Amino acid sequence: MEEKILHSVTGIFETPDDIIKAAKGVSSAGYKKYDIHTPYPVHGMDKAMKLPWSPLGYVALVLGLTGASLAILLMWWTMSVDYPIVIGGKPLFALPAFIPVTFELTVLSASIGTVLAMIIFLFKFPNTSHPLHDTPYIKKVSSDKYGVSIEASDKMFDLNKAKDFLHKLGAKDIEEIYWDNEELNTVKTIWDKKFLGGLVMIAIIVGGGTYFAINKLVYMTPFNWMMEQPRLDAQSVPVYFNDGFSMRQPVEGTVARGWMPYLITDADTAQLSDAKYMNPVPPTEFNLNKGQRNYNVFCSPCHDYHGTGVSRLKAANKQDFPNPPSLHSAKLRGWSDARIYHVITKGQNTMPSYALQITPEERWQIVHYVRTLQRAMNAKPEDVK
Amino acid sequence: MGIEIINEPSVIYGKPSLASIDDAIIKPTNEVPSKKYFMALSVTITMLLIGAVSLGLTFYKGTGLWGLKNPVGWGFDIVNFVFWVGIGHAGTLISAILFLFRQKWRTGIARFAEGMTIFAVMTAALFPAIHTGRPWLDGYLMPYPNQHWLWPNFTSPLLWDVFAISTYFTVSFVFWYIGLIPDFATMRDKLAKNADSITQKIKKVAYTVLSLGWRFSNRHWSHYEMMYLVLAGFATPLVLSVHTIVSFDFAVSIIPGWHTTIFPPYFVAGAIFSGFAMVQNVLIIIRKIFDLEHIITIDTLEKMNKIILVTGMMVGYAYGMEFFIAWYSGHEAESFAFINRAFGPFAWSYWIMVSCNVIFPQLFWSKKLRTNIYFMFVIGVLVNVGMWFERFVITVTSLSRDFLPSSWSYYVPSLIDFGILIGSFGLFFTLLFIFIRTMPVVSIAEVKAVIEGSQPTHHHDDEGH
Repeated sequence: MEEKILHSVTGIFETPDDIIKAAKGVSSAGYKKYDIHTPYPVHGMDKAMKLPWSPLGYVALVLGLTGASLAILLMWWTMSVDYPIVIGGKPLFALPAFIPVTFELTVLSASIGTVLAMIIFLFKFPNTSHPLHDTPYIKKVSSDKYGVSIEASDKMFDLNKAKDFLHKLGAKDIEEIYWDNEELNTVKTIWDKKFLGGLVMIAIIVGGGTYFAINKLVYMTPFNWMMEQPRLDAQSVPVYFNDGFSMRQPVEGTVARGWMPYLITDADTAQLSDAKYMNPVPPTEFNLNKGQRNYNVFCSPCHDYHGTGVSRLKAANKQDFPNPPSLHSAKLRGWSDARIYHVITKGQNTMPSYALQITPEERWQIVHYVRTLQRAMNAKPEDVK
Repeated sequence: MGIEIINEPSVIYGKPSLASIDDAIIKPTNEVPSKKYFMALSVTITMLLIGAVSLGLTFYKGTGLWGLKNPVGWGFDIVNFVFWVGIGHAGTLISAILFLFRQKWRTGIARFAEGMTIFAVMTAALFPAIHTGRPWLDGYLMPYPNQHWLWPNFTSPLLWDVFAISTYFTVSFVFWYIGLIPDFATMRDKLAKNADSITQKIKKVAYTVLSLGWRFSNRHWSHYEMMYLVLAGFATPLVLSVHTIVSFDFAVSIIPGWHTTIFPPYFVAGAIFSGFAMVQNVLIIIRKIFDLEHIITIDTLEKMNKIILVTGMMVGYAYGMEFFIAWYSGHEAESFAFINRAFGPFAWSYWIMVSCNVIFPQLFWSKKLRTNIYFMFVIGVLVNVGMWFERFVITVTSLSRDFLPSSWSYYVPSLIDFGILIGSFGLFFTLLFIFIRTMPVVSIAEVKAVIEGSQPTHHHDDEGH
């Protein structure tokens, strides 16, 4: 049989007074690696064992301050930098409104962090394979007795001396505690097949579950009901109406938002020089740039980039296509803005209406750009000053 | 004339030995429970199933099944949420605030109250989650970098709630678990290493894992006690903050009857009031069924009744002060809101609230009545009914009649609403019954530390003794 390695010698005491006396005795005898086991914290024991003050208070302070600053940092970055949006008229960095979350995160990080620090770093838990476990000794101290254990790794440890010493202190049930050989000989490695297998299983379950939840579950009934509501879609067969339309006809004379009807006919163009038909869009750089962009897209194929009327379509071997008149003739330069607008909106001769392609605002911008072209081609001396 | 020192009566009756405390507390977890236990459990599970069916229907069909309609968009869901969060306040108050005040009588009831806190907060957290209507999208409440590139609004009280409730639950849970570690170790050591029966084996493994390998070392107790102090220090402001933040959900809005600064203290007092009533009610049953009458003593219950009396009067003061401010402010909508509460279409709920919360607890002035088990049980039930109606009054009456008379309406909850309410009680009590059967409902280590003769006499410093 393999020889067992001694862990400690233990002794049992009956009353709290005895155990305090014993603790003082063991610590003043010079033992360093010893421990007192009691079913509940006994007052004055820390003093008797000469234990230092627990550092957990400072740990909590540091963790709490960390939590508070991280919380402020998170809210500052998300609310004021990454996605700045004014809500309820509050400033982007609304400190009073950030206080509740800061407080909660302070408490959360301080308490969870301190508990974990205690369990992992101070206790080195979880550790369910300590030699003391499942000995008669620990069964007594976990219920109604008080115990002392002197560990064999102490410098001044000697088995017989320690036993005598405990006996002299008045201990009962003096016991030798041995390491479990099987436990000592087991080498723990992360390449353990069971451990790796478990890891793979967990990865598959968590990954598969997440995939299912995100990609499949949310598209199943009833989770998809936000998309599939009972409603009449455009082009769908109507359920309620006999006229074949799912969409109702608006009341006569209804005007769509942003689409004022253009009521001037070709016969009325004379009135377009009136001052009330002024270009409502200011000739800013922005508007001129947009006008240029849309002119180049919609107008330039026929009118040319400079308004000369040399059609690119004709150049592209479409001989039948007539060149439009130049935009720089005296007649056109004499037209009011509204008259040009009218031609874009209604069309003229071969030119079709562009009302469906170009919004009213864009038409006015194009008019500005045409005016710019005209002025550039027929510059007066004061223009080049 | 000397100063008379009043000796506190011992927390625990009789002079039980340490080992007998183990036995008394662990007994419910070892024995096959009585028929009464199973009957009670089947009732609560039935209630839970009613709730599950109601919730399933809600998920399938949508929140249209509830009684909510304009202008009352917050109905039973929010009322139940505030009610259950309130119930959850007693536990941490007992374990943290009373711990800091060195109130030894808390030891008998602390563990149980903490357990109740956790279950109550779990039940409460259900309601805001289902209130969103599409609870599977609730993950967006957490600030994480998502594919929408959106962040939650940190200036909204509803988001503060998310943080307050989740922090409160986590910290309460840790507090509870830290207290349970030595007790799990005691239970582990009561079981033989190589037991024959399979249940014993499962228990041994479970308690070994849960105790993390606790071995009653004083080097550990020293840190453990400091830890407990630190946690109590953090949990104390946390308890007060949680219902404060819940009250912000109402107080930060502009609805008349909600927009008042008295709400935070008023809500916290109400929460402690209802929480203590619930703890007292359940403890009365537990100590009777499991023969713990010498550990959860009548003195302890009497002290709880005193706290119920005090917090009940605070709540009563708040009711009065609300009326005073409504009149004193000269604000037409505000004064109407309160007159409407007392004499409007929901007057019945208002007077249930006032009688249960303010009038009946006054009977606790009489020592005879507050030490009578049956009487205090009835008052406890009434207080909880009253506190549920308080939340109903606040939420529903204010919403049903706000600034615009044209949109006024009456609120009628649907059957599904009642189903979910019943289910919430079912969930809470089912969890509680499972807790009673599997874990020590009284803190073994703490009770041992306060019984007579468990601490050294104070002469051990004199060598001549």
